[in-house]
Amino acid sequence: MTELWQLTAHAANKGLRGREFSSIELTKSVLERLHSVEPAVNAFITITEKIALKQAKEADKKFSSGTATALTGIPIGIKDLIITKGTRTTAGSQILGEFIPPYNSHVNEKLEQAGTVMIGKTNLDEFAMGSSTEHSAFGATSNPWDINRIPGGSSGGSAAAVSAGACIIALGSDTGGSIRQPAALCGVVGLDPTYGRVSRFGVIAFGSSLDQVGPIGRDVEDVATILDCIGGHDPRDSTSNPEPMPDLRHYLDREIKGLRIGVPCEYFIEGLEDGVRSQVEEALLEFERLGCEVDRTLSLPMTKHALAVYYLIAPSEASSNLARYDGIKYGLRNESSDEIWETMERTRAQGFGEEVKRRIMLGTYALSAGYYDKYYLKAQQVRTLIIQEFNDAFTKYDLIITPTTPDVAFPMKQKVNDPYAMYLNDIYTLPSAVAGLPALSMPCGISEGLPVGLQIIGNFGQEGPILQAAHAYERATNGGNLLASL
Amino acid sequence: MHELKVYDQRMALSKEQIQHLAKLARIEITEEEIQQLASQLSDILAHFEALEEVNTDDVIPTAHPAPLRNIMRSDEIGASLTREEVLELAPETENGLIRVKAVLE
Repeated sequence: MTELWQLTAHAANKGLRGREFSSIELTKSVLERLHSVEPAVNAFITITEKIALKQAKEADKKFSSGTATALTGIPIGIKDLIITKGTRTTAGSQILGEFIPPYNSHVNEKLEQAGTVMIGKTNLDEFAMGSSTEHSAFGATSNPWDINRIPGGSSGGSAAAVSAGACIIALGSDTGGSIRQPAALCGVVGLDPTYGRVSRFGVIAFGSSLDQVGPIGRDVEDVATILDCIGGHDPRDSTSNPEPMPDLRHYLDREIKGLRIGVPCEYFIEGLEDGVRSQVEEALLEFERLGCEVDRTLSLPMTKHALAVYYLIAPSEASSNLARYDGIKYGLRNESSDEIWETMERTRAQGFGEEVKRRIMLGTYALSAGYYDKYYLKAQQVRTLIIQEFNDAFTKYDLIITPTTPDVAFPMKQKVNDPYAMYLNDIYTLPSAVAGLPALSMPCGISEGLPVGLQIIGNFGQEGPILQAAHAYERATNGGNLLASL
Repeated sequence: MHELKVYDQRMALSKEQIQHLAKLARIEITEEEIQQLASQLSDILAHFEALEEVNTDDVIPTAHPAPLRNIMRSDEIGASLTREEVLELAPETENGLIRVKAVLE
């Protein structure tokens, strides 16, 4: 028999509407599952059981009064980079270890209006800097498919929790792949929306020209439903896209015959694991069977430069954004000195982890006198060329399909002391991030007992066709709602 | 630990540079961290040298990918956090102000 925690959000919504079970029952089932898997997975920094039960009760009232939405009563995990009023928000860092936000993020306001049930705040690489969730001040998260392996990162807690059934849906954030890469490695669906689609008001800043909040779920429909809830214009974020939200649900259950798909050769080079390659090739055949025009002649030569561009721009922006953590106004303060500058230096030395310090230093260097033109400005110019290359490609194609990652989940500790090897894990997710394009990762098979992710990149503002293709593929392959057996 | 190739040595970061960067970034670092950062940052930057190959003459730099310019709001007084809410977060307060360590000797 299916347990309630195993349901997708849309299946749970049907059950809640039909009064087959209550939101309280659903929430208790998810919490019970969470408590049984959490000792092995460590997906959460804070578990908000009391809030969850209170919100579940309110959700049940909404069903009685007929004011329920598609997400009412659905247990959700929220990445701990996203501010939640009154609930500790740490960014996975000691420096915000006890920070209780006095206001709410835009996305959490939206979720609360929709009536979701917050299960907890999920683990992440500190300030979202990392690809394995090992760089968290609150301990590493394990991949539910194999607890000796990493779940990806930085939204590793969110992806692992959804994959393990410790929540039904989750929010993540993506700067260079932080939603898609963990979604791929945990066998769930994650969408990095178009830059500006989702307001960052109340989202702790990392790389402001790249950061975007997005959904993680166990199938394509759930991801569409979450984006539908959190997306749209918000005047409190000056980069928020003023265009009206597309009607995402309109794209589900539609044929994809005739859709033009470009497959760039630069994503199928040395370093791509055979098991990942063969699953992705298999998926491309499926798209052909569904009537798409799959074209393998696409070349995006700027792809290889995206890593350098990203790892210059993101740390530069981070070095500026993280200057605010100085031990003065809020957060940790090291008290060992009587002098203000030394207090700041020691506070930051104590409060930041190794990777955060490394990126602040890298960014400070790239922005410093004498190196600005060579590194930061150059990276911004090459960024323009990457965008132009995508623009050209999207005159010929509706979508671009690639693997999400070069390999399946790797063992813990394997790359944590080799920063560049860790950065290489993002090579397929960085180009679209740099260009601000929407991109989704979904499961497309198993290799060595671990999930493989398929990445679907769309044109700027075009989440619709991505969801259309992803949904059609999921249907055709009887995919969706993949749970790690744990 | 990575071995620096010949062309890398040219741009390897010195101990003094790392100390200077740490000062700019206001992070106290240990001798051990200096060694490690010099090696790791040099290694990372060496990989970025490939950007030099790209011709960027007359290419306009991209600061962000949003098709927007200078979004302003009207200069009106609106709701904000109260003084108490803000002070609640501060590590140390006195007489309704945030207390800091000595700024001047």
